[in-house]
Amino acid sequence: MASRTTGRTARPRRASASAPARPSSQLSVDQKLELYYYMRLTRSLEERLVNLYRQTKVVGGLFRSLGQEADAVGSAYALDRSAGDFLSPLIRNLGSMLVQGAQPTEIIRQYMAKGDSPTRGRELNIHFGDLERGFIGQISHLGDMVPVMTGVTLSFKLRGESRVGLVYVGDGATSTGAFHEGINFAAVQRCPLVVIVENNGWAYSTPVSKQTASTRFVDKALAYGIPGVQADGNDVLAVYDVTKAAVDRARRGEGVTLVELLTYRRKGHAEHDNQSYIPKGELERWASENDPVDRYVRYLTESERVSADTLADVDQRVLSEIDAATDLADASPMPEPTDSLTEVYAGRHSVEPLWFREGIRSAVAQHERAAGWGTFSG
Amino acid sequence: MAEVTYLEAIRQALFEEMERDPNVFCLGEDIGAYGGAFKVTEGLLDRFGDKRVIDTPISEAAIVGAAAGAAHMGMRPVCEMQFIDFISCAYDMITNYVATSRYRAFLPCPIVVRGPSGGYVRGGPFHSQNPEAAFLHTPGLKIVYPATASDAKGLLKAAIRDDDPVLYFEHKYLYRRIKEEMPSGDHVVPIGKARTAREGSDVSVITYAATVWKALEAAEQVEKEDGLKVEVVDLRSLLPLDDEAIIATVKKTNRVLIVHEDTRTGGIAGEITARITERAFEWLDAPILRVTAADVPLPYSPPLEDYVLPQTADIVKAIRVLASY
Repeated sequence: MASRTTGRTARPRRASASAPARPSSQLSVDQKLELYYYMRLTRSLEERLVNLYRQTKVVGGLFRSLGQEADAVGSAYALDRSAGDFLSPLIRNLGSMLVQGAQPTEIIRQYMAKGDSPTRGRELNIHFGDLERGFIGQISHLGDMVPVMTGVTLSFKLRGESRVGLVYVGDGATSTGAFHEGINFAAVQRCPLVVIVENNGWAYSTPVSKQTASTRFVDKALAYGIPGVQADGNDVLAVYDVTKAAVDRARRGEGVTLVELLTYRRKGHAEHDNQSYIPKGELERWASENDPVDRYVRYLTESERVSADTLADVDQRVLSEIDAATDLADASPMPEPTDSLTEVYAGRHSVEPLWFREGIRSAVAQHERAAGWGTFSG
Repeated sequence: MAEVTYLEAIRQALFEEMERDPNVFCLGEDIGAYGGAFKVTEGLLDRFGDKRVIDTPISEAAIVGAAAGAAHMGMRPVCEMQFIDFISCAYDMITNYVATSRYRAFLPCPIVVRGPSGGYVRGGPFHSQNPEAAFLHTPGLKIVYPATASDAKGLLKAAIRDDDPVLYFEHKYLYRRIKEEMPSGDHVVPIGKARTAREGSDVSVITYAATVWKALEAAEQVEKEDGLKVEVVDLRSLLPLDDEAIIATVKKTNRVLIVHEDTRTGGIAGEITARITERAFEWLDAPILRVTAADVPLPYSPPLEDYVLPQTADIVKAIRVLASY
């Protein structure tokens, strides 16, 4: 088994072929290829965003999930979209949002601050949501989405709906008060909620050892009176297995599960971060020995006998989708300046322009791009 | 019809709204079995059950955050802060998450956060606060602070039905001290509309919450002793402010006193003063004056608290200064 439910296990081991009834053993080859598609889409879309960032078309910070694609995709894939399951992603969960139905065009328009982006240029990057498709946009205050998803799943419970919620936090967010308050309240109320702690080793430049004196985040589950399970976050099927079990448990009315996914953040906090604080060799080791896409390709070709051509077809499909999305986003208009004054409140009400802006359409003749947020000028 | 206290009026509003709409539910500390620290929610648990009257852990951020999540899904949560002083523990959730939710993500967040506020009750630094000004500065929120029992009921019903987040401050000094007959039927008071508590032509006192009553006392006293006709405007809503009512009273009396129980620096009186000078400077015959609490945390001992908070005599004095300016 890739995981256990006691919260007191040894390091997770790779799944063995003889293990009984793993949820992922129910997945068809097509579904397994779909997992591959989403992982590849996540990675390639971010690579495209890097290009756009260097072309100065991305006007804010750029956040990567390189090396964490399996944890985002595998966990979101365990939700039942037809049942109306919900998730709240974090900044490294682009993959989760794509699984839930977010479109590459939306992502690129967000990053390019376009007027027809999901937030109409109001918010950055992947900070957006859609109630129809079942994901709620995060805010930058880490941990805050845990109480919010407690409330989302509380509403499922109050209305007797058979729906499940999933919320992501990083190792850093577990240090916040909101994380504690939210998971504790959800546990007391037995909300149908899965809390995923993505332990990627780093919160900006702060290693886990400076975040907590606990050696494992699953141990925290014990204190909340809920099960904690740990899995290899770079093994997409192990991630799916452990999350699916937690989702099923939540749907049965058995309450909250804390899932710790062990992974590694191979890029900086954001694109400007030069990662000077990372011990020598660590990035290279994870890239060469534990890349989630490489590992899954090996699994698909060796265990599922998927041909190299089939995978190349997926890669090609991903690239053409991203090309089309880039063209669309590039052609999108920037927002109308006065749109900034609308929808602070419900209805058609608009904030009155300040007197010195009356009759003026644009505040400046040319919009400056921030020189940089930190140390890295690339 | 029997007279109803300010506290009972709040309870009536909760009962009626929970009867009317199954999406309305309450959550907070000790609001269920115990009925709330001031018994505002007494009887709700028996009537509506523990799914709709939720006793929570001591977690203000989780109370507000969970309310926000449920509100996104179409519920109408009413959060109780056991004392409004503890709303600061949910400041991040309210200002960063709740208030911005519609603007940044087009997510409706119709929640109410209510709680016992204000001083004159020997509550000391942490059971007497008036934190409204801390939230006035946050676009996306609405703020109401009723002074009468019927407004307490009507504004709470309006707050629960509002499609945006509303902070509902209730003055604990008024809970059982004032009572009146409730208007019949579905009594809803619109948010954003001030009320003229007393008509007058010589000086305007603009105020809200418990100091409305002190202003009325002062107005009566100066009428008797000085023959002055003082107009008292009860703002009722602090966000949005009723600019029309404020400007109208300025144009009527040309002399303005702003009274609030909250501390002076950065208080709401400063904002109102700025609006009056921008829009009706030529109508003023005297500088705008403020009677507020002193800029100190609120002390416990009666001689200290009474010295710090605005009293009727202070308002009388300020009215006389304005009238003779």
